[in-house]
Amino acid sequence: MSTYLEVPLYRAAHGRTGDKGNRSNISVIAWHPALWPLLVEQLTEAAVARQFAHRRPSRVTRHLLPQLQAMNFVLDDVLDGGVNDALNLDSHGKALSFLLLELPIKLPAELAVHLAGSD
Amino acid sequence: MNPEPILRIGCAAGFSGDRTDAALPVVRALIAAGGPAVLIFETLAERTLALAQLARRQDPDAGYEPLLDELLRPVLGLCLRSGVRIVSNFGAANPRGAALHIARLARELDLRAPRIAVVHGDDLSGPPQRALLDDALGGAMRGLKPVSANAYLGAEAIADALLAGAEIVVCGRVADPSLAVGPALAHFGWARDDWDRLARATMAGHLLECGAQVSGGYYADPGFKDIPGLAHLGYPIAEIDADGHCVITKPPGSGGHIDEHSVKEQLLYEVHDPAAYLTPDVVADIGSATVRQLGPDRVQLHGVRGHARTGTLKVNVCHENGWLAEGEISYAGPRAEARARLAGEVLRERLQGLGPLRIDLIGVASVFGDDAGRWLAARPEGDAHDVRLRVALNHDERAAAERLPREVTALYTCGPAGGGGVRTALRARLGTVSCLVPRESIAAGFEFITPADAGAAA
Repeated sequence: MSTYLEVPLYRAAHGRTGDKGNRSNISVIAWHPALWPLLVEQLTEAAVARQFAHRRPSRVTRHLLPQLQAMNFVLDDVLDGGVNDALNLDSHGKALSFLLLELPIKLPAELAVHLAGSD
Repeated sequence: MNPEPILRIGCAAGFSGDRTDAALPVVRALIAAGGPAVLIFETLAERTLALAQLARRQDPDAGYEPLLDELLRPVLGLCLRSGVRIVSNFGAANPRGAALHIARLARELDLRAPRIAVVHGDDLSGPPQRALLDDALGGAMRGLKPVSANAYLGAEAIADALLAGAEIVVCGRVADPSLAVGPALAHFGWARDDWDRLARATMAGHLLECGAQVSGGYYADPGFKDIPGLAHLGYPIAEIDADGHCVITKPPGSGGHIDEHSVKEQLLYEVHDPAAYLTPDVVADIGSATVRQLGPDRVQLHGVRGHARTGTLKVNVCHENGWLAEGEISYAGPRAEARARLAGEVLRERLQGLGPLRIDLIGVASVFGDDAGRWLAARPEGDAHDVRLRVALNHDERAAAERLPREVTALYTCGPAGGGGVRTALRARLGTVSCLVPRESIAAGFEFITPADAGAAA
């Protein structure tokens, strides 16, 4: 029976944010193929919608790219109108990948060797 | 005809404002590698064109990339002598003006006159196109004060210009990846409905279009993604084969880093549905794409598929969108956060009735939060010792917006103790509405700048 660890997503994956209008997309790319199934299981559309609840997404869509061990989240209406209208200093939402990367991920201890960096 | 097996395309800019010393190492690497090569500059973000249109209103000769000279001067002679062709959207709102500038620059540098083509057809800001836009946008154009209206053109006019012998192709609005698809289409002579090959070249262009973002720029994260030489990043070069597959690399000895992870990040950048990445040229599908490291700073992209392009082209209309007012003031030391929060409350009361006010506590919470302040309200009050208060609002009327900078400045005497470093800004905003127009309603093409044109510009 394996023991489980909880780590921030940024130890298991990396990503980048892009924007078009009021829509943000955030990629999540596993640091190692062995971590990919955990991401698919735990990084659900609902989990991401909860992490961005304060921005009131009207829809969160997850696209899976298993051969890249990557997924792409599309978050609708989270940029306060987008680069032309938002009052945010970061009107593109460039920083938002790092908000997603703070989500906690549970993994069996034996997969810890595949994690990046430290907490 | 027996085309070279590999076409190299180097990208020396990913936006207007990118480093201007990126091109020379890329051009040297292209020349050293030998074989056909093209240098592209992508300098046109969504709003850049509207800003260029505003500049042209002030000065009919302006309206193209303001750093055109700095971008081209170091490499123009080298490119002309070595047969490296140049393709860019740095024409912005005045491609012809940019072309004449390049002709002048060539003369100033004692170079022979280059064959410069100008791509036209994207600019829909004239009166004849108004009906087309009204039709496509329905009621959305009513009451707008448009600044610019441009269709996203594809690769065909670029390819045609290159096939006609252009050494430099100056565009306004074209889809970013088309800057790479055009040269590939011309070089390999693909059928214009060869969707798989067009899609592969499109994704090569997509990897290039943000400049150093694929080669370690905008990627570094200490302890997780350690990238050497960020101060001297090598900009990317795509080696495209006759089937459109590509290898992404960068100039030898340059800073930065290319591996499977940096390529995956850029591959998904600003993509929505990976099975349907829409451009004017093709619908690209990266659903079964793979990346593979072939060697140091060399990654191959494989498995991209294509589907028939859509029957429409995207049009962006930029319009005047009121004013953005911002103000900042810093607090430090004991109770700094409490004093910054108090200053924010004072401003909210003073600016009541002007519309929603955003309040940020830089150093506590300023970026992840929403404009309505739900994020900040959910944080417990802390004891940060170095906090910069920032407030911002939008208003249609300049005079009303100006009240914000005045009130922030007044905190010097009327606000909490120890506030310093007031900075304020008032800026005109631009809005964008988008629509789709039938492809056949846009007449894209190219023309050469004649020696007489170039002479007249002297």
